[in-house]
Amino acid sequence: MLKILKYSFFDLMRSSWSYVYFAFYLLLGIVLLFLNNDLSKAVITLMNVIIVLVPLIGTIFGVMYYYNSKEFTELLLAQPLKRSSIFLGQFLGVAISLSMSLIIGLGIPFMAYGLFKSNAIWDFSLLLVVGVFLTFIFSALAFNIALSNENKIKGFGYAILMWLFLAIIYDGLFLMSLILFEDYPLDKVSLIGTMLNPIDLSRTLILLKLDISALLGYTGAVFKQFFGTSFGLITSFIMLTVWVVLPIFRIVFKSKKKDF
Amino acid sequence: MKIQLGILLLLISTCFASAQTLTVCKADCDYKTIQGAIDSSQSGDRIFIKKGLYKESNLIIYKKSLHITGEEGTIIDTQQNGYGFSVEATDIIIKNLTIKNIEVSYTKEYAAVLLFKSYDFLIENITVENAFFGFLIQKSKDGIIHNNTISGEGLAEADSGNAIHLWHCEHIKITNNDVRRMRDGIYLEFGSNSYISNNYSTENMRYGLHFMFSNDNTYENNTFKANGAGVAVMFSKKIKMYNNIFKKNWGTASYGILLKEINDAELKHNIFEDNTIGINADGTNRITYIENTFKNNGYAIKVHGACYDNIYSKNNFLYNSFDLSYSGNLNSNKFENNYWSNYTGYDLDKDGIGDIPYRPVKLFSYLVNRTPESIVLLRSLFIDIIDFSEKVSPVFTPENLIDNQPLMTQVTW
Repeated sequence: MLKILKYSFFDLMRSSWSYVYFAFYLLLGIVLLFLNNDLSKAVITLMNVIIVLVPLIGTIFGVMYYYNSKEFTELLLAQPLKRSSIFLGQFLGVAISLSMSLIIGLGIPFMAYGLFKSNAIWDFSLLLVVGVFLTFIFSALAFNIALSNENKIKGFGYAILMWLFLAIIYDGLFLMSLILFEDYPLDKVSLIGTMLNPIDLSRTLILLKLDISALLGYTGAVFKQFFGTSFGLITSFIMLTVWVVLPIFRIVFKSKKKDF
Repeated sequence: MKIQLGILLLLISTCFASAQTLTVCKADCDYKTIQGAIDSSQSGDRIFIKKGLYKESNLIIYKKSLHITGEEGTIIDTQQNGYGFSVEATDIIIKNLTIKNIEVSYTKEYAAVLLFKSYDFLIENITVENAFFGFLIQKSKDGIIHNNTISGEGLAEADSGNAIHLWHCEHIKITNNDVRRMRDGIYLEFGSNSYISNNYSTENMRYGLHFMFSNDNTYENNTFKANGAGVAVMFSKKIKMYNNIFKKNWGTASYGILLKEINDAELKHNIFEDNTIGINADGTNRITYIENTFKNNGYAIKVHGACYDNIYSKNNFLYNSFDLSYSGNLNSNKFENNYWSNYTGYDLDKDGIGDIPYRPVKLFSYLVNRTPESIVLLRSLFIDIIDFSEKVSPVFTPENLIDNQPLMTQVTW
């Protein structure tokens, strides 16, 4: 598995897309800091970008890489290798190279700006951790979709749809159902609803650091326990891990049964 | 006539004769106890308490004008037994003492210093430790409370008292005090024409400063930090609030200032930072908010119903999660010339005023008002999209609630 991981990783590192992705974050970081002149404000803006863009790019890269390296995969399958290690190796190669672009691309401008001397460092590291989690989750989901669809166009379509659903439509439906059932006690429902979507989950996690004063304005006891203590932070991280592990299990499971 | 003259002469002579100092100490003094000195003193005497620990309580001063001062290190331990000083007199000075361990009671308001119907008093440099009530001042006038430190150790609102509690008082100056871990930091009930400045009020369970039915008061240059619910100004008229700092008042029912049934007040040059709600206004009329800064609050201002003729002008709204939450009609309240960090307009004629008006109420804050649980969607992309569409064509938010002349740069004062 490690060998395949290494191969996928260096293959991606050589591809120009990784550089584009890296350059994009580098530019974003520089422009944000240049325009805002304030680290903590830049972190907030960055959060909006990371929560939407990282999943999108993870999804597209995952699907693209799977379809592109399909012939190579088939070649590997002819060798005496475990199927799970082939696919997991490829998945980890994609996820790790994307995470690296993210961390280095954003890290350089912020470090140059004096991150280590600022107290925004924890917010910023949380942001990066969440970004890495999202990369892993969405490239795993993308691999799942690609494994289930032989047709490239269909696979791409589903992948984009999944991103659109989780990033925007889910929140819309969520909000509508909250308003529809506003007469009922909703604090548990709304927290569970947040847990079920990795994008919402990461957003909440960052809000816990940045907007805690607004979140505490709501009087529900469940909210208070969740947002007011470290309980929320721990639960969110556990849920994010579950969100990484589940799709990976499905990759292993699906790849074992799949007919090539 | 002769008798009257005689009485007058007698009065004058007692006045002059009484200017003596009674010294209290544990050994080698005329008086071993403070109460002993008080009992044998004449009106107008000075009592000097040398350093040491005095286990005394319920020190009663009745209709005697006394100046009581302590040496550094003078400690009065009331041993959880009633009041420290209980005073009913005019021209009273109590200075440089430490009073500690005041009795907690659920029926009586035991205080380190109780003043009743006392005029022209000065309470200075008193440290009260483990207080139930700190200074309880009733029906008094023309006093100064300066440079005191009061702290309590109560755990709930029910078993703790207020640090400085004024009831039916007038013309009191409360300056440079440090009050912490009490129920209310400073509480004025039916008080008027008082001046409160340079105090530091923190970690109090209820309010840092609390006005009830108290008119014509001014408070300025105070800092209120991490109190249960910040400052409450209720049922009062003509309160002036200048240059105060309200910080980190966090919690489900926590505000920088809670304004309830207030008329004709003025807020100027105050700073609100990291509060759940900066200002919570309910039933407020003719209030001017000028040159205040709201930074990093959950809500900068939350306006409930029945507010008329309030003017919000030249304030800075910086990075608040919500700048404004508003219920009800606009009711001739005005927002003009404020700086909003969320403003995205432009200034083509370069006059420092944005060319397109700013709408401080977002659709999302309207939604959160209606369904509080939807707060979990804060900063979601979907919310940004609906906020944007609402900004372009307002449907739900009050249409005339706009700042027509938003400033392009922060207000400095």
